[in-house]
Amino acid sequence: MTHLSDDDLVLLHYREDEGSEAEAHLAGCAGCADRLRALGRTLALVQAPEAPERGEDYGARVWARLRPRLELKEARPKVVPIRGRLWPRAVSVAALAAALILAFLLGRRFPEEPQPLSAEVRERVLLVAVGDHLERSQMVLVELVNAPVDEAMNVRAQRALADELVSANRLYRQTAVRSGELALAAVLEELERVLVEVAAGPDALTPGDLAELQRRIESRGLLFRVRVIGSHVREREKELPRTSSAS
Amino acid sequence: MDDATAVAQARAGDSEGFRLLVERHSRALFKLAYRMTGNEHDAEDVVQEAFLKAYRSLDRFEERAQVGSWLYRIAANCAFDVLRKRQRRDGRLESLDGDDAPEPQAEAPGPDRLALGGDVRRHLDAALERMSPRERAAFVLRHFEGRSVKEIELALGMDTTAVKQSVCRAVRKAREVLLPLTGAVS
Repeated sequence: MTHLSDDDLVLLHYREDEGSEAEAHLAGCAGCADRLRALGRTLALVQAPEAPERGEDYGARVWARLRPRLELKEARPKVVPIRGRLWPRAVSVAALAAALILAFLLGRRFPEEPQPLSAEVRERVLLVAVGDHLERSQMVLVELVNAPVDEAMNVRAQRALADELVSANRLYRQTAVRSGELALAAVLEELERVLVEVAAGPDALTPGDLAELQRRIESRGLLFRVRVIGSHVREREKELPRTSSAS
Repeated sequence: MDDATAVAQARAGDSEGFRLLVERHSRALFKLAYRMTGNEHDAEDVVQEAFLKAYRSLDRFEERAQVGSWLYRIAANCAFDVLRKRQRRDGRLESLDGDDAPEPQAEAPGPDRLALGGDVRRHLDAALERMSPRERAAFVLRHFEGRSVKEIELALGMDTTAVKQSVCRAVRKAREVLLPLTGAVS
C-alpha cells in the first residue's frame, strides 16, 4: 500500500483534496489518519499575528493621505491613468508656487495687492507649497521604488515630472538654507540629487539601472525622510493661525 | 450607501463614492497587509497602493463582483509585491522557490527551553521569514485568512499547482520550526 505523502496530508487538512484518491485512502489507513491528526495539532499552533490596532478614524486618515495622489475625475466620464494627467497639472502648480514664493521672499508685492503680505501669510504659502512639492516628489520616489526590477521600466512620465520638480526643489532648498531650516535643506538636497538623476536619465531604465536607482534611494532612506519632513511641514502648516487677509 | 453604489458614484467622477470605499475597507485591508508582510510600515504602504490601484482600475471592476473581494485581491497582490521586493532587497534568489532549494535549518531548542506563547510566536515569525514570497503569501491567505486555492490563484496571479506547492512547502517549513513544540502541547 502506498501511503499518503506529506503534501497530500496538507491538502487534505485544508480540504483542498476532497473526493480524491487520497481521501479514499485515508478512510482505510489508520497510520495516515494519525499523521493527519498530528499535522492538525501542529498547524493549530500557527495563529495569525495580531495586527496593530487601527481606530475607527483609520479609513479617514488613509483617505487624507490618498486623496492628493488621486486624480479625482470630477464630472469626467472615464478614469484616465494618473501618469497621463495629474502630473502636468502638478507641474504647473509647483511652478506657480515656486514663482510665488520667490516673489514673496524678494519682498515683492502683487500688482493688485495694496499691502505687503504678512510674515504669517508668507510662511503659510511657503509651507503649503513645500508640502505639496514633497508629496509630488514622493510620488516619483514611490513609483520608482515600487517598480519591479525584473523588467525595463518606461520612466518618461516620472522623468518629465522630476525635470520640473528640480527647479522648484532648488528654490525651496535655497530658501530653507537662508531661513536656517537645515534639516529641511538636507532632505531637499538629497532629493534634488535623485530628481536630477532621473530628469537627466533616459526614458527607459534597464532592470540594472532601475535596481541601482532603487538601491540609492533606499540606502539613503530618502523616501522615509521625505515622508517625515513632509509630515512635519504639514504639522507646522496646521499650527499656523488662519488669517483671511494680509495684515 | 452600499459598496456597489459607491463604486458607481466613483466611476461617474464623484470622489465621495471612493472616499466611502476607502473609509469602509481600510481596516480590513490593513489587517490583511499586516498578516502578509508582518510589518506595520509595509502594511500602511500596501493599503495606500491597493486603493491607488483600485482607483486606477475602477473602469475594469465587474459590477457582479463583490467590492470587498475585489479590494481584498488587489491588496493581497500589492502585499505579494512587497514580499517579492523585500526578497530582492535582501539579495535572496527567487530560485529558492524551486524543489531543489536547500531547506532551511530549523532552530530546534528542546521543549524544556520553550515556554508556549511567546516562543511559538517567535518561532512562527522565524518560519514565516524563511518562506519565499510565494510560500508566505499563499500560506497566509490559506491558513490565516481561510481563502481557497482558487481565491489565492486570483489574488496572486498563480496557477493551481503553484499555489498548492507553495502552501505545502510553507507548511513543511512551519512544521520544522514548530515540531519541538508539538510534544509540549499534545
